[in-house]
Amino acid sequence: MARSASSGSTDYHFKPYNVGRWVVWGLFALALLLAPLLWTSSFAHTMLSQMGIAIIVCLSYNILLGQGGMLSFGHAVYSGLGSFLAIHTLNLISAGKLALPVSLVPLAGGLAGLFFAAALGYVSTKKAGTTFAMITLGIGELVWSMSLMLPEFFGGEGGVTGNRVSGKPVLGVSFGPQIQVYYLIAAYCFVSTAAMFALTRTPLGRLLNAVRDNPERVEFIGYSTQQVRFLSFMIAGFFAGISGGLAALNFEIVTAEVVGAARSGAYLLFVFLGGATFFFGPIIGAVLMVIALVLLSELTQAWLLYLGLVFLFMVMYAPGGISSLIMMNLRLAAFGKLRALWTSYLALAGTAFVVLVGAGAMIEMVYHLQLHAALGTEMRFMGATLDADAFDSWFGAVFVLVTGLALFELTRREFLRQWGTVQEEIEKEVKRREAL
Amino acid sequence: MDQLLINVLNGVSAGLLLFMLSSGLTLIFSMMGVLNFAHASFYMLGAYFGYALASVFGFWAALVLAPVVVGLLGALFERTALRRVHKFGHVPELLITFGLSYVILELVKLVWGLSSLAVSPPPALQGAAFTIIQSASEGLGLAWGNAPAERCAGVAGVRCSTFPATRMFMMGVALVMLVALWLLLTRTRVGLVIRAALTHPSMVEALGHNVPRVFMLVFGSGCALAGLAGVVGGVTFVTEPSMAAIVGSIIFVVVVVGGMGSLAGAFVGSLLIGLLQTLPLTVDKSLVHAAATLGWRIVPGDFAYPLAKITLAQAAPILPYLLLVLILILRPRGLLGTRED
Amino acid sequence: MAPAAAPALELRDVTKTFGKTEIIRGASLAVQPGERIAIIGPNGAGKSTLFNLISGRFGATSGRILLNGRRIDGMKPFEINRLGLARSFQVSNLFTRLSVFENIRCAVLWHLGYRYAFWRFLADLRDANERTDEVLAMIKLDKRRDVLAMNLTYAEQRALEIGITIAGGSSVILLDEPTAGMSQSETRRFVELIREVTAGKTLLTVEHDMGVVFGLADKIAVLVYGQVIAFDTPDAVRANPEVQEAYLGSALAEEGAGH
Repeated sequence: MARSASSGSTDYHFKPYNVGRWVVWGLFALALLLAPLLWTSSFAHTMLSQMGIAIIVCLSYNILLGQGGMLSFGHAVYSGLGSFLAIHTLNLISAGKLALPVSLVPLAGGLAGLFFAAALGYVSTKKAGTTFAMITLGIGELVWSMSLMLPEFFGGEGGVTGNRVSGKPVLGVSFGPQIQVYYLIAAYCFVSTAAMFALTRTPLGRLLNAVRDNPERVEFIGYSTQQVRFLSFMIAGFFAGISGGLAALNFEIVTAEVVGAARSGAYLLFVFLGGATFFFGPIIGAVLMVIALVLLSELTQAWLLYLGLVFLFMVMYAPGGISSLIMMNLRLAAFGKLRALWTSYLALAGTAFVVLVGAGAMIEMVYHLQLHAALGTEMRFMGATLDADAFDSWFGAVFVLVTGLALFELTRREFLRQWGTVQEEIEKEVKRREAL
Repeated sequence: MDQLLINVLNGVSAGLLLFMLSSGLTLIFSMMGVLNFAHASFYMLGAYFGYALASVFGFWAALVLAPVVVGLLGALFERTALRRVHKFGHVPELLITFGLSYVILELVKLVWGLSSLAVSPPPALQGAAFTIIQSASEGLGLAWGNAPAERCAGVAGVRCSTFPATRMFMMGVALVMLVALWLLLTRTRVGLVIRAALTHPSMVEALGHNVPRVFMLVFGSGCALAGLAGVVGGVTFVTEPSMAAIVGSIIFVVVVVGGMGSLAGAFVGSLLIGLLQTLPLTVDKSLVHAAATLGWRIVPGDFAYPLAKITLAQAAPILPYLLLVLILILRPRGLLGTRED
Repeated sequence: MAPAAAPALELRDVTKTFGKTEIIRGASLAVQPGERIAIIGPNGAGKSTLFNLISGRFGATSGRILLNGRRIDGMKPFEINRLGLARSFQVSNLFTRLSVFENIRCAVLWHLGYRYAFWRFLADLRDANERTDEVLAMIKLDKRRDVLAMNLTYAEQRALEIGITIAGGSSVILLDEPTAGMSQSETRRFVELIREVTAGKTLLTVEHDMGVVFGLADKIAVLVYGQVIAFDTPDAVRANPEVQEAYLGSALAEEGAGH
């Protein structure tokens, strides 16, 4: 409780040292530091680097989506243009025309992102809601089309390449080895994440939330809704540009697809999947994005289809994303109710797995027929040999699918019943505590 | 001159196709507040189903059946998925149609493969609808169908330009649809309700018209219109998995430029953008040429050269988006927009 | 001798037309600083429209609106708010996913000069946090400070609505049917609350409940068909034959007998 003397100079504020917060950030920093030591293959290091880059851009996207309620279909424009400017800066450094340490190149990307967000955001934030979404789509297409028309800046078909081992090494760090690049990315990732988290605790951040909840009322408390959106758009563009700059250093090549609609769509998809309502949701989304794009696409041709279906189900049944599911269950655990549900969860997971096996088998068989018919009709699926042309393979898959669906539906109903009971118990507990 | 006429007709026909799509989009948006991100995907489904059904039942039957199938699929989606998301607000509705567009694209690639389909128009629509003959001596002439060889090939001072029958048919279908829509909106009770919903959706809701079944009907009908456009577009243009993406973003530009929720705006916007995409294709001049007429030379190495050397023909794809930005600065509610969104 | 102060709020022949319908047909009003006015009138008279015009939600078709002698017609809502006018809404217009504390704090930030600051932490803004606590105590929601606005009861939401309106310290307050939907006892408590929090300010309320009107207002303005047909003390308005004919009739005479 705060008590202040009338003079205001001798105030006693009881602010308990927020141990929890230091622990979480400490763990985050530790994870960033130790990850490459736990997973030591160069493939793992590449993936970790990409995750660091993705975390920054997904968090920046969530400034718009989760905190501001602005649905953008063109965020890749800012990360992509940041990439291009960064690689050109890198090439200037390589040619000796610019004496900038390579480690500061991502800031050039950030400035590019900021600049373009200021220019294009001014137009975009004039409208809100669905119209805003369409504008970002249009501007994304505009930039993408321009990228094909200006090979001088965008490098044409082959893109623009660069060499990150340029300029004088600082403290022996030349950025040749991937591990050095990883730690640069990790440093930027930590600082950017902290900065974006800090934003949520500032007046602008809070007003952005207010604009999300009630854009009209904001005007009646003295703030211009458009100005709040515009400033936030610029900040989001800045961090997207930093992410793009890091990507330019990491891959040493930037092609036109970095500003494309597919990438913007990926940001939207994975931030939503991770969860837009909690700060750490996009971090989960970013990790999933890299895993899906790098690993899943190797496992199966149908990965985009699976992704689309997962997204559809998420929108329908869990619009808060994975982070909201985690938080819901943490709440259950806090009230000691998680134990009651874990058998239900297990049953749900089991039956869902059966459904996936059945559906997956069918989808994979069709893909096999479609794309690899020349190799014959036999294929391997999850350790079993299936004949894409044979009746029994199909019958088996359909049987598994239908059985799985039936069992899933039964377990789902039971789960809902149990969930309802648990929620009621929690409500009672909350009321009981309030009355104290 | 003949080339110009053909180009104008090309632009108008492209605009009419865009209108077939944007009208359905506008209707769905006006009645339900949902911007159907997957609208172009239903267009693609129309093309593919048209192809599949035509191989069994012939083109003319497919022209009727395919839109119905697409409409039913749309209604099914509304009933099972979209309805569930309605209570979460407009952003999740947009997101679910966004997810649907991914799924439809992958399913189409799954079933019909990655390359474009060899779709041949029915015999009645093959060849040219008419030929414009420009001769130095006789001026402008018109011949139905393909002009006979002796009038065109190798004759000095004579130029012939043909207008494909498929495009002619597309314009015809679009105009019939336009008239039917106009009659529906102005002469029937259903049309009255729709017109009211275009400008005052909450009032229509208060009057009890927002029954879930109406939603399903409207969504299904909008998708059916897109499917019809797809059947026609499929034989006129290329049928391939990327056809949805190509036309998808353009129809959103049309809707924003014309004014969200305005059918007349959708019409004007469609024609404007159809012409904007087609007419510049013949202009091989760039800013360098324009500057030259003013006596000002821009050469390689100048700062502005990369931008200035782009010809109008090369810039054609981005012109609609430039128009979008211009409209947003000068007239944010669109050309004929009435609703503040 | 100081010159006569400009009225806190003045309307001069304000009209508003929607399409072909003229809702406000030349309304004129002058409210002195510190006066407490109730605006009454039959349904459809244009009371909410008038508030919307004054606060900048819509623009007037013609006429002038002046705040402390300065023209505000045509200004955007946030510009008018920054000049010292705040309004509440008939249907609670809250920041649904923010807590009660955050709702009020947002409303104090601009007026304490914090603008669009993204370089300072909210937790460090001592004056903003203290002012927020003050307002919370005034509207009696200090025990509910961490509850999300969407989880409040109806009466609590109405209280929060008023809290957001007065938090910024505006000198002219417009309350649009503040007691709408409340029971008798809730209304009585709420009127007490309004009187406390708007002490010393210029207050305009739109009200239907005559008890509230007579409890809060120094003067009453009667709005009929978009025009102010009377603007006087409650007794004078009660006795005004035009008013009796147009609106109150026996209802007002009965109230008068009860006082």
